[in-house]
Formats: sequence, structure tokens, C-alpha cells
Amino acid sequence: MAADTGETPADGFGRVSRTKDVAFRLLALAATLVGIVSLAALLLNVAVDAVGWLDWQFLTNPPHPNPYEAGFLPALVGSIAIMLMIALVTFPLGVGAAVYLEEYADDGYLTRFIQLNIANLAGVPSVVYGLLGLGLFVGLFNIGYGTILAAAFTVALLILPIVIISAQEAIRAVPDSQRQASYGMGATKWQTIRNVVLPRAMPGIMTGTILALGRAIGETAPLIMIAAPTTVFGLPNSFFSKVSAMPLQIYNWASYPQTEFQYGVVAAGVVTLLVVLLTINSIAIIIRNRYQQRT
Amino acid sequence: MSQPDFSHDGIRTARGTAFRYLFMLCALLSILTTVAIILTLLIDAVDFFAQVSLVDFLTGTRWSPTNEPIAFGVLPLISGTLVITIGSALVALPIGLLTAIYLSEYASDRQRAYLKPALEVLAGVPTVVYGYFALVYVTPAIDTILPVDLSTFNALSASIMVGIMIIPMVSSISEDAMSAVPDSLRQASYGLGATKFTVSTSVVVPAALSGIFSSFILALSRAIGETMIVAIAAGQTPRMIDLTDPAGMFLDSIQPMTSAMVQIGTGDIVGQGPAYKSLFAVGLTLFVITFVMNLISELVASRYREVYR
Repeated sequence: MAADTGETPADGFGRVSRTKDVAFRLLALAATLVGIVSLAALLLNVAVDAVGWLDWQFLTNPPHPNPYEAGFLPALVGSIAIMLMIALVTFPLGVGAAVYLEEYADDGYLTRFIQLNIANLAGVPSVVYGLLGLGLFVGLFNIGYGTILAAAFTVALLILPIVIISAQEAIRAVPDSQRQASYGMGATKWQTIRNVVLPRAMPGIMTGTILALGRAIGETAPLIMIAAPTTVFGLPNSFFSKVSAMPLQIYNWASYPQTEFQYGVVAAGVVTLLVVLLTINSIAIIIRNRYQQRT
Repeated sequence: MSQPDFSHDGIRTARGTAFRYLFMLCALLSILTTVAIILTLLIDAVDFFAQVSLVDFLTGTRWSPTNEPIAFGVLPLISGTLVITIGSALVALPIGLLTAIYLSEYASDRQRAYLKPALEVLAGVPTVVYGYFALVYVTPAIDTILPVDLSTFNALSASIMVGIMIIPMVSSISEDAMSAVPDSLRQASYGLGATKFTVSTSVVVPAALSGIFSSFILALSRAIGETMIVAIAAGQTPRMIDLTDPAGMFLDSIQPMTSAMVQIGTGDIVGQGPAYKSLFAVGLTLFVITFVMNLISELVASRYREVYR
């Protein structure tokens, strides 16, 4: 801190710089808060608009052209089905890749290339992953336009880099002394990974994966590209069922011109999506906090 | 890091090797994904360029894939993307940078513990929700507050929303870079009687410049690839922009690349026609632009990491 000399110099130099300092501090604080406050205001708006629309009937009805009968159930179930499939695909693949990169790989060119590649994949626009899904899963593997499997595989590839990166961080956080202790007991590398590294890193891996699933549930553009139907009336009953998802249904409804849709039904859909997202993220945070308390 | 393996049990060693290769396969899958992305885009884009010349695509100033006269000039779409990128940059870069300065230089640990997760929420909200917000709340609000003639679908509210979404990307990476600036530099400046303002703007920011620059590029790359906000709120009017006319740029409907892709994706166009294949040509253009930007950001960031180590 600048020493206070008591007397302000006659030319006012110190005062100007102190005023500037305070002004800048306030400006920076305002900048920090402006995004948060704007989002809070928007969330408040949508919550108020959803009142009266978000009810049991909305959650249990299929979509309907009449806003008073429109419901969200197929989209809600579709989103959850896709998410569970994504979890099944990304968890083993993501953990496997992270274990390889952290425990097995040397610091050679291949490893660095894989690492750079993963970082780059995390920055590829989601709509491009949609085209990948369209070309690969719908086109080449012929899984079918807009099925649960096609949707899940496409979005799984999208969040895989995030899962790998967070799993790597969790594995890196396991102290090396524990590995050495395991080796000292005569354990093999695989035994050490299975019995020491993975159990210790599991809460961190789970947290990262669940947070990535939260990102997955909000993804819309890839589903549009693999031609998932924006509106589905029945519940999915097989892996090859055509499936809608909450964000897709919201996108579809947002283009309806009626006020009842724009400021009612869609608001209810948005609040439902955000509540599901909040639940997912809370689970991740609960796991993380439990783990932090134990260590 | 290689560990001595004291196991002489053949089956255990074989199993260990099997797992090693299994895990390696998972890691290689990421490279396979990149290859698959490039191949998928290239194969159909090549088909497209067999029907529409590459020069017409890259230099054409009209985009009309389905309505006669058909034209596949990508420049209007790039213009649209440019408008959104400029708009969101005007929102996110100054705000994100100031946020990073506040978090790194001014905030107490307690404040940081609350502010950082709250900022991350901005990036966690699904983009379709932001798009809806832009369309039904932000556009009417701007229309009532400002004395301007705003279209229902416009680049302004879409840019603002994209900007808010990418603030945490700018702030978190910039803050990491600022935290990496050694404290001795700050202390030296304080010792000369500088205020916190001077230290932040004249010492910390210049020292962290490459990290800040890297965060800017990454955030803009995210803005370029952002799809749902612009698809919902920015409209579907592919047009060339006039950089000297900001009002014309922002107050009316435009169509960025991603939004054009969504329009084709949701339409009933199927089969082998150029309209459908153009999806992949635009996708390839988008992929190349964002890929190059991410690469630059990564290179700049890896340079600054070495400076203070």
C-alpha cells in the first residue's frame, strides 16, 4: 500500500492517482458483476413467466399446438435417455484415455500430439460435431436419422475431450508416494492403477464427468444436424427410437409466434431444463465437497 | 515415468500389457475423432465443389441455397459471423479483462470464492436458453430503452448474449496469466509509490499480455462457432455488411455461418444436391477458421507458460 504522507502535495498529483485508483477499482468490480447481474435478471424474468405454465400437466403431456395443452414429457425423457447413453460411452473411454496419458505414456511426440489434439477438439464448434455425427453415425454406420444412439454417440464425442481433461487432472492429483508404496508392495502397474490410483481419483473423475454431462444435456446444434425431430409425441422405447430433447423442443417452440408460447410454454421448458441442469451440477458439487472434506 | 516391474507372473504381465494397449486405444480415439471430422467434412465438401466452383464459393457475395436464382457465395455468411464476432468482442473483451484484473489484483480470497463459480455459470447456461433470452427479453428491452429501429431478429441482442456467454472464457484464462506474474514485479512497482491501478495496468497486464491475447482468441473462436443464440435471435438474412455503417450491421437481421447450417439442417433438403452438400462446405470453412484460431491461442499460451518458469 502506498504510504500516507498526510499532506496532499500542492500539485494534487497524489489525489488524482488515488481517485483514479478508486474509480478503476469500482469499474472493475462493475465489470465483474455485469454479466452475473444480467443473467440473474434474465433468470428472474423467465422464472416469473414460467409461473402458471410449469405444472404437472406440462411435465406429463406430449407437445400440442394448443399452448394450454402443450407438454414436455417426450423431450424430458429423451434428454435423460440420451444423457445416460452418453455417460455409458464417455466414462470408460474418457477414463481409459486419461489413464493412458497420465500413467503409461512417455513425454514423447505422440503424447504431446494427442494432448494438443484433445485441447483442440475441445474447441471445435458443436455444430461441426453434428456434421461428424451426420456423416459417420447416420451416413456410414447407418444408425438412422435422429435416433437415441446417433444422438448419444455424437454428443459423446463432443464432451469426450472435457471428460478426458478433467479425468487427467484427477489422476494427476493422486500423490506419487501412494503409487510408490503400491509398487513397493510388489504390485504391478495395472494393479496399482486399479487398486490405488483409480479409487483415489474416482471422486474427481465423477465430478468432471457429471459436469460434462450437464454440458451435454444443453447441446442443441449437434442434434439438429443429425436431424433429430424437434417435436416427438411418444416416449422413446428402443435405442433406435427417434428422439427429441429438451433444448430441441425449446428451440422449436421459440419460433412459435403466439405470446402464450413465447412467454409461457417456452419459459416453462427453459425452467425445466435449467432445473435438471442445476440438479446434475449439484450432484457433481456434492461429490466434490464430500471428497474434499475427507482429505 | 517408468516403474520397476517386479512381477514375474506371465499372465499378470500379459494382462498388464493388454490394459496398456486398451487404454492407448482410448487415447488414440481422440486422434481418430479429428481425422473423422476432417474426412466427413472433406468428402462431402469435395462433392459440393464438384458442382459449385471453389472460386464462386469463396468470392460470391450472394447466399441463396434453395431460392432461385441459386447462389452459393459464402461471403455474406462470413460477414454475418464477423458482425457477431465484433459485437460479442466489444462486450466480452473489455468486461472479461476488467473482471480478470479485479479477480487477480483486487478481490479478497472470500470474494473470489463466490465470484469465480458465479462467472462460470455464465458459460454453463445452455446456448438455446441464451438465444431465447435474446429473442424474447433483450430485443424488446433494447427496443424500448434505445431510440432505434430494431428488427425482431437482429445482430445486436445476439451479439450481447454471445458476449456475456464468453466473458468467463476471457476472464478465467486472463486471470490465470495474471496470477502467474511474479509478485516481485508488483512489489517493485509499489516500492516506487505506484497505486494499485498503475500496478495493474502498467505492470501486471503487460506482463500477462500473451495469456490475455490467447484468451481473446479462444473466446472469439467460441463466438464464431456459437450456433443456437444466432440461429434463434439473429435471423436468417444472409447479407454483405458495410463496416462503416454500424447501425446497419447490428440493428437488422443477419445470418452467420452457423445459423445457415442450422437452416439447412432443419429444412427438408436431403439427398445429393448442392444445397445439402453446401452444409459440409460451410462446416469445413467454419472448422478451418476455428481450428486455426485455437491453434494460435494454444501456441501463444504455451509461450507465456515458459516465460515465468
